[in-house]
Amino acid sequence: MVDIIGGILKALQLIVTGDPTLYGIVYRSLLFSGVAIVLAALWGTPIAMLLSLREFRGKSLVKAFFNSLIGIPTVVLGLVLYLILSNGGPLGFLGLLYTPGAIILGEAILVTPILVSITYSAIEAVDPEIMNLAKTLGANESQASIAVLKEAINGVILSNIASFNRAVAELGVALLVGGNIAGLTDVLTTAISRYTARGELDLAIALGIILMVIVFLINAIVIMARKARWLLTIWRRSPSWIEPSP
Amino acid sequence: MAITAELKNVTKRYADKTVLENLNLQIQDGEILALLGPNGSGKTTILKILALIENPTGGELKIMGETVTAKNAEKMRLLTSLVFQKTTVFTTSVYNNVAYGLKIRKFPRELLDSEVKKALKLVKLDGFENRPARKLSGGEQQRVAIARALVLKTKLLLLDEPTANLDPSNAVVLEEVIATVNRELRTTIVMATHNMFQAKVLPNRIALINEGRITEIGAPPEVFSKLSKSLVSFAAMDNTYKGKAHASGEGTTIVEVGNGVRVEITGQHEGDVSIFVNPQDIIVSRSTVESSARNVFKGIVTEIADLGSLVRLRIDIGRLFTVQITKRSFDKMGFNLGAEVFIAFKASSVLVV
Repeated sequence: MVDIIGGILKALQLIVTGDPTLYGIVYRSLLFSGVAIVLAALWGTPIAMLLSLREFRGKSLVKAFFNSLIGIPTVVLGLVLYLILSNGGPLGFLGLLYTPGAIILGEAILVTPILVSITYSAIEAVDPEIMNLAKTLGANESQASIAVLKEAINGVILSNIASFNRAVAELGVALLVGGNIAGLTDVLTTAISRYTARGELDLAIALGIILMVIVFLINAIVIMARKARWLLTIWRRSPSWIEPSP
Repeated sequence: MAITAELKNVTKRYADKTVLENLNLQIQDGEILALLGPNGSGKTTILKILALIENPTGGELKIMGETVTAKNAEKMRLLTSLVFQKTTVFTTSVYNNVAYGLKIRKFPRELLDSEVKKALKLVKLDGFENRPARKLSGGEQQRVAIARALVLKTKLLLLDEPTANLDPSNAVVLEEVIATVNRELRTTIVMATHNMFQAKVLPNRIALINEGRITEIGAPPEVFSKLSKSLVSFAAMDNTYKGKAHASGEGTTIVEVGNGVRVEITGQHEGDVSIFVNPQDIIVSRSTVESSARNVFKGIVTEIADLGSLVRLRIDIGRLFTVQITKRSFDKMGFNLGAEVFIAFKASSVLVV
């Protein structure tokens, strides 16, 4: 019990004093997950748009594929990627294994099913006439698709946030293809497992607290953003009582 | 007279249904052409083909003399704009809604504000720029939709039942706008309608559409004089009845439309006539109301349809009458299916066609 309380106190001390090891790990976690989400959005959004706006054979199969991969165990994905990226694997020549690039790639692949699924559901919920409406106003196919995407923007943002949550909190991929190399590829989750195993509980607890704070913060930001939108709507609706009258 | 658009032998088939069959139609420069016909007759499909958001299965479409092909469709689409019957707005401000098409056309930014303002003024929505479009009433949203199309000043403006879901005050604003735009900008307008009153007043020409074909086309007086003949095919049209007329001697005429329903109309008529009663001119009440209306009937509510800000009721008085009332009065009156109600309309609200 004393150990735990002592650990928590030490952890808080590390957080407050800005311990460089601690914040290096936080920084890498945010950076790798952030870049992974950007990557996943870059390829996932067009896939989601295809799935929701175009008709083609085997579409329901593709959807089922993405849906079923949402819950893939991170360790299994990590293992598969390890086999592919290791020296003997098909992409071994890239030399990505145990580099930040491997973690980013792995996390991007991990979150793609969530991102695609939530995004296409959001796009499908948009009034189907929006596409035609944009076209009657002169939009070409891609401009009209973007108009639809804008209508689904809340869902698209949600898909990105859910993906970031998954990426920043996952362990298996970062551990297996990142190698948990201190100062290079260790992130919040892998570092927690390492410090716990070594008995350096203060660092592990500090990292755990920060991970929780990040996840809570993200959710708080989402709620606040919704509130802000709402306030903005009120403000736009009644400019007379907020703006000073001339 | 120059031709703005032309449909040549246009056919449109969906999986198992032929919607348009070898349709030929020339739309003349600067005219208002009304497509008049019952629901499901193909009016909307004609408009969608003219707006280039629906491809015909067969035939040819020419706009400003140029044949539309898969290659030039996106460019040709810039020449037309379509306002849908069911209003759709982008989830953003009124300003962004109206500016959308201009931004697509890379309209100079510095002129954008004044063009949007002008268009909003035309539909009497000045000052609405920053409001979220979704929060407006149905009638106001429809006016945003009109402004959004008008601001583009396309050669050809297509309107699908522009006033069908509007309360009378919003409908009047729109009819004025349509007339103004046609007169001042020489915009060619094709509008689908099943409101005979509108068809008689607004357009230069009327095309009667039934089952995917044009059965009559010409100036309103000409078409209306022939309408009785082709009206059989219009049985599906709301509130249109065929009957025998007897002048009553008091300057009015009684028309027997069957099942004991006798409708009083103004003017002297004899023999076979067809009449139309505008659904928005009919008053519904729970009990007989003392009024100047010459036609009062007791009936039963057989259908209730929600049209957004309006509610459409079908009332069986021996013949089926369609009535449109605002949502507010519907809620206040609390009509339900099978309710016994009274309908009333003035003799002058009946159009003899």
